[in-house]
Amino acid sequence: MARVDIQMQVRSVNGSIAVVSLDGEIDVYTSPKVKDFIGKLIDKGTYTFAIDMQNVRYIDSTGLGVLIGGLKRVREHGGAVTLVSTNPQTRKIFDITGLIKVFDIYDTVDEAVNALK
Amino acid sequence: MMQAREVGAEIPEIEVRIPSRAEWVALARLAVATVAARMHFNVDEIADLKLAVAEACTNAIQHARESDEIVITCRIYHDGLQITVRDFGIGTEAERIRSRDLGEPRVGGLGVYLIRALMDEVEYRVERDSGTVLTMFKRFGDSSR
Repeated sequence: MARVDIQMQVRSVNGSIAVVSLDGEIDVYTSPKVKDFIGKLIDKGTYTFAIDMQNVRYIDSTGLGVLIGGLKRVREHGGAVTLVSTNPQTRKIFDITGLIKVFDIYDTVDEAVNALK
Repeated sequence: MMQAREVGAEIPEIEVRIPSRAEWVALARLAVATVAARMHFNVDEIADLKLAVAEACTNAIQHARESDEIVITCRIYHDGLQITVRDFGIGTEAERIRSRDLGEPRVGGLGVYLIRALMDEVEYRVERDSGTVLTMFKRFGDSSR
């Protein structure tokens, strides 16, 4: 059965880019966990993120809010955020809300990381 | 205004009650997805319905003060599905039912904006002493059924 929760992992590329992998559903219950996870990385001085959402099966406005909040914080430090998703529903939500113009969304992690170099 | 419609099934109404807490929103959206799948909405439409009902529940949890429960009612019509999401909060703020402009990347109002974008008809009714009722309707698309 699919998880109605969120699993989060981070790995570092070239010492400065954090690849955050999210697995599960991002809603009003789980988005605070994502916010906390990314927020702690920012607090420690990571300002460049590739967020892998390939295994995110659901995201709502609270999840979008976490991504927007994270982007605003890293931009204050000259950082950037790229996203990875080929999920049509996820892309549709970014499209409807106009966030497709705010976030660069790539098909693979490699593409998202290379865009940050 | 919601259109008047003919009931479209032997069991025309299904009601789900959830505690007004974040961890139960998943139940609301899974229940609505199950009803929508029984009605043969297509995969994309089911995803839209799940998101719309979750946004409505999230809105109720975040803004409806002193409301312990959310009631989700699915009404099956011959041309689509009507969903009402009722909370019992008092002192509802006008801000919660306002959609947002998309000019600037910020958080507030995205949920209401998404509901209006994903559903065919949306109506909010704020009852000062008894809460807020969001009624929304999704028609079958060309590829449904």
